[in-house]
Amino acid sequence: MLTIKDLSVDHGAIRALHGVSFKVEKGQLAAVIGANGAGKTTLLRALSGLNKASQGQAHWGDHNILHSKPEALVRHGISHVCEGKSVIPELTVAENLDLGALWRRNRKEAVQSKKEVVELFPRLGERLSQRADSLSGGERQMLALGRAMMSKPQLLLLDEPSLGLAPLVIEQIFQSIRELTTAMGLTVLLVEQNAMGALKIADVGIVLNLGSIAAIGSAAALKDDPAVRAAYLGF
Amino acid sequence: MFQFINTLLIGITAGSIYSLMAIAIVLVWRSTRVINFAQGGLALASSFVGAAVLEKTGSFWVSLPIAMIAGAIFSAAIEFFFLRPLLKRSGEKEQEIFLPIIATLGLLGIIKTVLNFIYGDRIGVITPPLSDKGFVISGESIALSPMRLLILGTVVVLMVVLTLIFQRTNLGLSLRASSFAPEISRLAGVRVDLIRTVGWAISGAAGATAGILQTTNGSGSISPESFEFSLLLVFGFVAAVIGGIESLVGAVLGGLTLGIILSIILMYVGGSLVFFAAFLILILVLLLRPQGIIGAKGGRRA
Repeated sequence: MLTIKDLSVDHGAIRALHGVSFKVEKGQLAAVIGANGAGKTTLLRALSGLNKASQGQAHWGDHNILHSKPEALVRHGISHVCEGKSVIPELTVAENLDLGALWRRNRKEAVQSKKEVVELFPRLGERLSQRADSLSGGERQMLALGRAMMSKPQLLLLDEPSLGLAPLVIEQIFQSIRELTTAMGLTVLLVEQNAMGALKIADVGIVLNLGSIAAIGSAAALKDDPAVRAAYLGF
Repeated sequence: MFQFINTLLIGITAGSIYSLMAIAIVLVWRSTRVINFAQGGLALASSFVGAAVLEKTGSFWVSLPIAMIAGAIFSAAIEFFFLRPLLKRSGEKEQEIFLPIIATLGLLGIIKTVLNFIYGDRIGVITPPLSDKGFVISGESIALSPMRLLILGTVVVLMVVLTLIFQRTNLGLSLRASSFAPEISRLAGVRVDLIRTVGWAISGAAGATAGILQTTNGSGSISPESFEFSLLLVFGFVAAVIGGIESLVGAVLGGLTLGIILSIILMYVGGSLVFFAAFLILILVLLLRPQGIIGAKGGRRA
């Protein structure tokens, strides 16, 4: 279970996140939605160790995850995929995937993970030796997801996987995220600008507004909440 | 014709040593975004270690690897104790980006002073392990000697080893990934700080090899105020810039290009113009082709 208590994050003199608290049960897909500047990315970056939290606590299971480095958190089963297709364009597809599993001692399991990723995204399998910058936007997002899966995560932090993708591709990516969550028993925190798409696949939804939680509840309930619809879903 | 071939051979040998120095500079640049002007001092200090080992053991083949290890340790120590805290504090503010580079200049002075303090007027001697008399072909002695062949061989072997490390090993993948995208690498579980130190260590070993080979190819002796090593630093830097500063292949091509051009100038124009020519090339490359001879515009290469 992911437990966040009173989490605040500052960017210099500006407080980006004001004492946010919520829980995500193991195996759940939680969508974090909200306008630009609501603190969604800040939340993820604090959880994966990229940004420092100013106060509060965050636990994954019994493990305190604040104040750890990202490379240490990966080893505790927490993988973060940054905004904007987080792949390394100069490396090949295979190298991008391998990168996620370099730290794993058990090489057999790492090879197995690669097989699973290629089964999930066959298009990556066909392009293993190509440089990542030859991929389409959707394929890059698949690669970023695949790289995260290579670290055998239990908690997946996803930052705007739909960014800059065509509607049809977005649907595919969302579908893959949903399938992954169920099939691998993952817990997922999905930050999205595309609120409707995210709430469709999520179990629970968290609405952030100006760094505070504006609403929280089951995804289905949020989708039908008139206030949420008006403010974030646009109808 | 004969003279021209000799000029080329001399240029290729010297150029291969500049290539090694350029590789050392490129490795540090790629891993930390710092131009390490202390590289010349590191090469000098490692060569003094090599000279001391040579004096004790009498074997060049023992002293070269030990000098390389010493270079790796010196370089890694500088990164760990000096650059890392400095970079952590200087951050992204524009006027502070130059701090680490100026700091490496200061470090160069410190290394030279320490060497002066230890060695004073004494010199380190690195005698070539093989003859430096040119092979004789149809009665004429050419500029290729067993020693020059050894220098070329050493450089080629090192480059093959480096290429294999970079392209075929997990360490190499970590090194490349960390230099291209440190944040993504950390999220993928790469210990980027540690990998940086390793990058500096490899750079130090390459610089040490360049120092030892430069000495055997030149006067055979080193002093704390060695002019040869100042040249080596400058030529290595120019070679790295010719190669586009990002690329190991570029560093090798840059070193060979520079070596050949300077050798031709030395032979046909005059020795006094060599230094001038090196800087002229540096400025021309920066003005006309800042991405280097093989770099794509705006792109980065592995």
